Amino acid sequence: MADTKTRQKRVSSNAGGNTAGGGRGAGALKKHGVDEPLAVDLLKEMLLYRRFEEKAEEAYAIGKIGGFCHLHIGQEAAAAGSIKPLRDDDYVITAYREHTQAIAKGVHPNIVMAELYGRADGSSGGKGGSMHIYDKRVRFMGGHGIVGGQVPLGAGIAWKIKYKEEDGVVLCFMGDAAVNQGAFQEAMNMAAIWALPAIFVVENNEYGMGTAFRRVSATEVAERSLSYGIPASSVNGQDVLETYAHFRDLIAEVRGGGGPRFVDLQTYRFRGHSMSDPVSGTYRTVEEVEARKKEDPIALLRDVLFDAGALDQDGLEEMDQEARRIAGEAADFADASPLPEAAELYTHVWAQENHGRLFFDRRERGR
Amino acid sequence: MAVMTYREALNAAMREEMERDPDVFLMGEEVAEYDGAYKVSKGLLEAFGDKRVVDSPISELGFAGLGVGAAMAGLRPVIEFMTFNFAFLAIDQVINGAAKMYYMSAGQFPMPIVFRGPTGAALQLSAQHSQAVETYYSHAPGCKVVTPGTAADAKGLLKAAIRDDDPVAFMEGELLYNLKGEVPDDDDFVIPLGVADLKRQGSDISIITHGKMIHVALQAAGKLEKEGIEADVLDLRTIRPLDVDAILATVARTNRVVYVEEGWPYAGTGAQIASLIQEEAFDHLDAPILRVTQADVPMPYAKNLEALAKPTTDRVVEACNRVLYR
Repeated sequence: MADTKTRQKRVSSNAGGNTAGGGRGAGALKKHGVDEPLAVDLLKEMLLYRRFEEKAEEAYAIGKIGGFCHLHIGQEAAAAGSIKPLRDDDYVITAYREHTQAIAKGVHPNIVMAELYGRADGSSGGKGGSMHIYDKRVRFMGGHGIVGGQVPLGAGIAWKIKYKEEDGVVLCFMGDAAVNQGAFQEAMNMAAIWALPAIFVVENNEYGMGTAFRRVSATEVAERSLSYGIPASSVNGQDVLETYAHFRDLIAEVRGGGGPRFVDLQTYRFRGHSMSDPVSGTYRTVEEVEARKKEDPIALLRDVLFDAGALDQDGLEEMDQEARRIAGEAADFADASPLPEAAELYTHVWAQENHGRLFFDRRERGR
Repeated sequence: MAVMTYREALNAAMREEMERDPDVFLMGEEVAEYDGAYKVSKGLLEAFGDKRVVDSPISELGFAGLGVGAAMAGLRPVIEFMTFNFAFLAIDQVINGAAKMYYMSAGQFPMPIVFRGPTGAALQLSAQHSQAVETYYSHAPGCKVVTPGTAADAKGLLKAAIRDDDPVAFMEGELLYNLKGEVPDDDDFVIPLGVADLKRQGSDISIITHGKMIHVALQAAGKLEKEGIEADVLDLRTIRPLDVDAILATVARTNRVVYVEEGWPYAGTGAQIASLIQEEAFDHLDAPILRVTQADVPMPYAKNLEALAKPTTDRVVEACNRVLYR
């Protein structure tokens, strides 16, 4: 048995950047080629994701949100840093921890929250729920609930880009556990043989639900694409500047015809797998979680911006108030939105009517 | 009219639809350079090139899912399974993916995709390669299921399936590919989904069936005719949507029903049809509905056991006689 501890190599955190030039903060911005206004925007985004998810957590606790609800708290930089460098006409497809990824791609927080509430104004009119957020207008392609099941779909969207001779890019997200699925392996092989314009991103938070990745994988995450010849990279997903710079470059490579890429985006979730699961316990210790919370992506960027003189405490508080306002407004919007009409039960099952019966419970439309 | 095989009819349907719509492409194992494992796609690579006729790796789950993603993004994929036996590997993408996407997204993503390939028993291929699996697909709302039994139906229904905006499991009879029949030449010969076809008209008993079994049903009807019994043979052609009006009409005409199918009896298509008839045409029935199905066992290899497992003309005649109290 190999030493499992060595299987989970983490890239070192260097959120402070190097110290050359005007302080550590300015050095970090310069190193990653991110200017101050963009860095401030990234902080705004991440604060919004955090406050949005905290609002969802609150709403879940009082029964406004049901079912499974997987929060992204702790993984904000992974969303902002990878999705923000995309163009509007690029695509994102992902699994079920996707509320903030949807917001990052441009889905309005109000309709995301309304979907979590199961309301008529939700992105799927309340039919999808937390795991199935879609917004065709901004090319956010879901929200998929079967681990790894969306990976071939991501390849298929990339297939369309190539088929139509467009220059778009697909970001296809998955959790670390998804790399053990056949769907992942099959999709990687097809992406490679057809040189599809997709970036397959493993949001590696080290645990598939309550099972540590190192216990169920013979290799590191980043090694999983190598047998298909797909270039792999690991990036510190708690450092939004590093993540942003990394994806900006990868997206350019793929858009330029470089074929698929694979990214081990190393992050950590600060909450349980879903709202019904504990934060720590049998599978990870309180101490581990507390230690990892020190790599809070929001605090790391805040410190960089403070240090660079691009933001002060008042500015931060103002920014946070705005994030809380938007999250609160999303919750109010969701709360005010009506439940879906009963007739909606039978809509959107079939896109095309034919002769003959499509429903078999004698409650079909028209009867 | 032209006389062609079921295989050629399917080929013509794909060829015409690919000419008509540049967003239609064919992907599957052996579909391009090999001309298809059953030669259904013969010549299509030459006609349309390797961008639109694509040999896939043996990755049913993967290329079915690739098709679902391509359909989400606006293409119209035709995904060939070498046989539906292998599609079990892909059923997550068909049911959890294709069949539910339109609903989960509240209408944002229609799913114009065809999953096609042969199904049903062949000859001594034993358990894993001989089975009729249409009920797995018809069970799920969101998935249409088509089972052509003649060359003309194969062409007209495949064209309709490719033009349809919902996912269609298009199930061909593995033993029908060489069957010849008259097929209209018209490029727009499209048979709407959900329209059953009365393959034979009688008045004494209704044999309702679909797919390859229409030929067994017609042979049984021929035998019964010699005994003075006239049977309706109703070919459903599509399992979902279902031509309920045609079913109720034949029941009203004959008052007696035998359902013939190649699949297993438990929760089979015949079970659904029997439920529907007792619910909506109970007063028309003069006898219980009987079903003739594959024996409720995995398909055996030995020739004699295989013959015992399959629905046969004699078993259909026997069932009809029981329903007629003869």
